[in-house]
Amino acid sequence: MTKVPPKQEGDPNTTGHSWDGIEEFDNPMPRWWLWCFYLTIIWGVGYTIAYPAWPLVSSATSGLLGYSTRGEVAEEIAAVEVANEGINMRLASVELTEIANDAELNSYATSAGAAVYRTWCTQCHGSGAAGFVGYPNLLDDDWLWGGDIENIHATISHGIRNEDDDDARYSEMPAFGDILEPEEITSVVNYVMDLSGATPLDASQVSAGAEVYLDNCSACHGEEGLGDRDQGAPNLADAIWLYGGDYDTLMETVTYSRYGVMPPWTQRLSEAEIRAVSVYVHQLGGGE
Amino acid sequence: MSDQTTPPSLYAAREPIFPRRVSGPFRNFKWIVLIVTLGIYYVVPWIRWDRGPDLPNQAVLLDLANRRFYFFWIDIWSHEFYFVAGLLIMAGLGLFLFTSALGRVWCGYACPQTVWTDLFILVERWIEGDRNARLRLHRQEKMDARKLRLRLTKWTVWLFIAVATGGAWVFYFADAPTLLVDLFTGQAAAVAYITVAILTATTFVFGGFAREQICIYACPWPRIQGAMMDEDTLTVAYRPWRGEPRKHSEEVKAGEPMGDCIDCMACVNVCPVGIDIRDGQQMECITCALCIDACDDVMAKIGKPRGLIDYLALSDEKLERAGNPPRPVWKHIFRPRTLIYTALWGGVGVALLVALFIRADIEVTVAPVRNPTFVTMSDGSIRNTYDIRLRNKNNEERLFRIAVQGDPAVRIQLEGTPYGSVSVGADASHLQRVYVIAPPNSAPAEGDHTDLRFWIEDLTNGDRAYKDSNFTGKGTNQ
Ligand code: SF4
Ligand code: SF4
Repeated sequence: MTKVPPKQEGDPNTTGHSWDGIEEFDNPMPRWWLWCFYLTIIWGVGYTIAYPAWPLVSSATSGLLGYSTRGEVAEEIAAVEVANEGINMRLASVELTEIANDAELNSYATSAGAAVYRTWCTQCHGSGAAGFVGYPNLLDDDWLWGGDIENIHATISHGIRNEDDDDARYSEMPAFGDILEPEEITSVVNYVMDLSGATPLDASQVSAGAEVYLDNCSACHGEEGLGDRDQGAPNLADAIWLYGGDYDTLMETVTYSRYGVMPPWTQRLSEAEIRAVSVYVHQLGGGE
Repeated sequence: MSDQTTPPSLYAAREPIFPRRVSGPFRNFKWIVLIVTLGIYYVVPWIRWDRGPDLPNQAVLLDLANRRFYFFWIDIWSHEFYFVAGLLIMAGLGLFLFTSALGRVWCGYACPQTVWTDLFILVERWIEGDRNARLRLHRQEKMDARKLRLRLTKWTVWLFIAVATGGAWVFYFADAPTLLVDLFTGQAAAVAYITVAILTATTFVFGGFAREQICIYACPWPRIQGAMMDEDTLTVAYRPWRGEPRKHSEEVKAGEPMGDCIDCMACVNVCPVGIDIRDGQQMECITCALCIDACDDVMAKIGKPRGLIDYLALSDEKLERAGNPPRPVWKHIFRPRTLIYTALWGGVGVALLVALFIRADIEVTVAPVRNPTFVTMSDGSIRNTYDIRLRNKNNEERLFRIAVQGDPAVRIQLEGTPYGSVSVGADASHLQRVYVIAPPNSAPAEGDHTDLRFWIEDLTNGDRAYKDSNFTGKGTNQ
């Protein structure tokens, strides 16, 4: 075993602790280390003066530099908006149908549109765009007013049946409860169920219902029940129902009618934003 | 310095150490390690490697912006970071292995702090002379023209080395020739200049002024190493049973016992951390073995056998005191501890190699879109949506066909293209939205869940890969 060197002249004091005969020198800190330590203290004090730091009852000291994370975010957003100015101008001015052919513009519009969608559209159409009862599903291939990019753009810009925009698309289904006899309504509902491929509640009423349909409904929904996009009349011969295709729901729809309203977005969003969200909706899987 | 009456000062100024020049086999070995490691460091970023068009042609490149590591013929993607983690584990185990066998050899020979300090001391010696000249210069208090000139020259050369150190580092992160030009024309990214500046400052201060202080105070490794060493570890030590009692020859009186050590202090003067190894093993010692070279030189001059200071294991002390030779080196090196470290090290290495070879060139992930789980189409068919990510690790653009297998009724449609295939750029990934459609009243449309398998085929060489997923029908949600 090597010998423990005895304490020598000039050695620092020990801490006075001793474990199994091992003593600990009370060595001073190296000077550079101490200076670093003092500098961190000075830095720390300076920092709490310059930046928001000390909690107060309902807020915190604001710091001499007036820094805030909110302000920083606002600056970043402003910077991004400036950076996107060029492409937004391009997006707002090209032919709508040309956007899909411009890879850069298309990918910008899709991701910008997704952000616009998440902010403004999810409340009604759902975060996945699958809609709810009365709020159209944007993923399927059924469009009340048309599913090409121009029609989508027009619908988003002006909305549906609202009173805020004179260009809003407008149509209204009469409440047939005031017009038709109850048995006529029952029969036409059975006919419509048959038309869409569902099993009618009472098959014997289908042919009577066909007559009622031709007299009262075909003007809007077409003789074959295929609907009319010019007036937003739904296709009754497909598998998609905005409010539901079962007997009770159809009875309610025919008796009282429906009146879905969508706001015009030109009043809140820029043309570039509307175009972006149009592109986004168009590429969700049902665009024509 | 303190005594019992005055309390020690809170400050301890660094006592500068002026290691003396020494020559010998260990010193030569250290020079070789220095040249090889510095050579690797400076040369590697300049090795070119042809990966094909659109891909970097630098052999070793850490492309942080694109999250790719290129290492000769191996490309590592960010999600394969376990390769890097594995290499780090191997490096750690390697350190354990070497430390348990040979003590702090990493510190003594290969640690960057040691290598650059060695280089800085070399410069210092060229400019200011060897130990005695440097000591004299240090003690001379007046800053006359000569001292100023020597100091300025030394600092300039150090600064040059420091800049070159920081400068070489950034080449690992960008195309070296382009970056070199950019650095000089002020075109490089701010982060490059900041990195160079920081590394320049740390190299200059650590190599020139802090030196052994880094090893003693700042580095955690010496403290951990104690756990890896034991009495069988071969480490630099002094043989007191042979050297003591130490005497200068003129002090020796006839008949008194006399050890081999002549107390010439050569071993202390060459030590870069400034310790006296004759006091026993010390934490500060980086086992650089320069004291061995120095003492062997002395032993040769006074006609004694070499090895008064030597790589030796403490467990041999008893043997040697009894006059027997120490056990052979291999007995120290091959013992359970080192064998276990070797086995672990090799195990991780083999696992990494296996992982490397079974790594596929196409990688697929399939994420079903669950919001909503399915969509009813106007003709009554049910559609599910999937996000398929394809990673093409080949060095060229490839065409991949995506097909679905499961119920024969389902068909597949790719968003944005009427074709069943997509092209993915060289060494790139592509996110493809895919629709799977089940016709009305078919089993998948009506059922709860139907198993599906997506097949991806590389149309160039027919390689295939698959991923399983499932199709959600109306089922109980009707
Ligand atoms: S170099 Fe060898 S002989 Fe000289 S003091 Fe050191 S141990 Fe003793
Ligand atoms: S004691 Fe010897 S081996 Fe240890 S650091 Fe000093 S010179 Fe190197």
